[in-house]
Amino acid sequence: MSLEVVESGMLSTVQDGGRPGWAHVGVPHSGVVDPSLAAVVNRLVGNPGDAALIETVGGLLVRATGPLTIASDTEPVARTVRAGDTIRVPLGGRQWHYLSIRGGVVAEPVLGSRSTDTLSGLGPAPLAAGDRLSAGAEPAEAPHGETVPVHHVVRPARILPGPRLDWFEPDVLEAMELGRWRVTTSSRVGVRLSGHALARVDGRELPSEGLVRGAIQVPPDGDPIMMLADHPTTGGYPVVAVVHPDDVSIVAQTTVGGDVTFRLVR
Amino acid sequence: MRILPMGPTAVLVEELPAPPASVATALAERRLPGVVDIVPAASTVLVTVDRTGALEAVVAALEGGIDAAGSEGGGAVVEIPVVYDGDDLDDVAALTGLTVDAVIRLHAGASYRVAFCGFAPGFAYLEGVPTELHLPRRATPRTRVPAGSVAIAATYSAVYPTSSPGGWHLLGRTDTVLFDVDIDPPALLRPGVGARFVAT
Repeated sequence: MSLEVVESGMLSTVQDGGRPGWAHVGVPHSGVVDPSLAAVVNRLVGNPGDAALIETVGGLLVRATGPLTIASDTEPVARTVRAGDTIRVPLGGRQWHYLSIRGGVVAEPVLGSRSTDTLSGLGPAPLAAGDRLSAGAEPAEAPHGETVPVHHVVRPARILPGPRLDWFEPDVLEAMELGRWRVTTSSRVGVRLSGHALARVDGRELPSEGLVRGAIQVPPDGDPIMMLADHPTTGGYPVVAVVHPDDVSIVAQTTVGGDVTFRLVR
Repeated sequence: MRILPMGPTAVLVEELPAPPASVATALAERRLPGVVDIVPAASTVLVTVDRTGALEAVVAALEGGIDAAGSEGGGAVVEIPVVYDGDDLDDVAALTGLTVDAVIRLHAGASYRVAFCGFAPGFAYLEGVPTELHLPRRATPRTRVPAGSVAIAATYSAVYPTSSPGGWHLLGRTDTVLFDVDIDPPALLRPGVGARFVAT
């Protein structure tokens, strides 16, 4: 049984836990942008939390070719669909949505992962109309019987001092805490924010250095960029702060045009 | 050595006692629990772990001193056959004041070592470029550099593993496969590995 893609919408891909452990040879981590939400949507259908599922910005329309058990964050309950039934994942509400199939999405693993890496091109191609996604073997776990609330958490995201804090004005983190930050662009690589420009006191060129998910890089224009799942393994802009791993999805799930705030923890 | 914060599950280390690739290799050989990635770069090493508690052992190991001697990639030297017909050979000759033949002789005559990887899977920054060939990147990057292009920029040489945009000076090309996900390990040039270019 499979799901046929009718409309692929705004960037729909297959994602799982990604490719940890290869950053030293330039392979991005990749994987789901919002691991905790993806895990909830997977567990609704009885899958392990990091099973391969569909991640989409929205506008996705799929049609079942036979009976399947599915769940999404917009309809967070396991349900069975039959041949011909269509499932739509709309745009909006949050930036990244998930649609799981009981048994997981079948795709060829690359370096141990079925994730589409939009930066390096590793993994399956982004979904396109006409693609068919098959379900894997039945998991032992039964589908979850009840609806699970999956609200988008709106609270300040915790930030910690970054490695290149001393390249900025001494009160830069306090300024980040006081400001409201608008999401201007959002991709699987990173989220660009605009509030007030973060001024550097050190104008040197930074030799490229390793990055993590949640690292906030500041390019010369002063508008910070938070790194996400497909971030490059190294970058040449100073990292002023790092968003706590548990709060990265607060920023990542804010839709373009929305605001985020930060709370400094040390 | 300075240990800089990178959130609750990573540290960035600089002012290292040995080249970053050697420190990274020596640290990897400790096989510390919870370590996910050890990423050498131009002058730093990033260490990431899978849980907050695992960072303490990493910091303790770093503060206890890393013996990077003997962690120089195991002495492996990869030979890369190159056809020196790159689009920038004449420009490089003009910019360096050398003849094209001298540029090729210098580039193919040197011994290289992978300082670090980045930019793309399998893209290795090779150090060992003769000083006569040190040049800033091209003023205008190319929108597409073909896979297998052998190039130089600043103090590094590299081979483009896949087609991509790029601002390096193209000296030639090779058929050697730099990155293949079906081979273990997938990257031919890993941090610390030695390399030579052989003119063909």
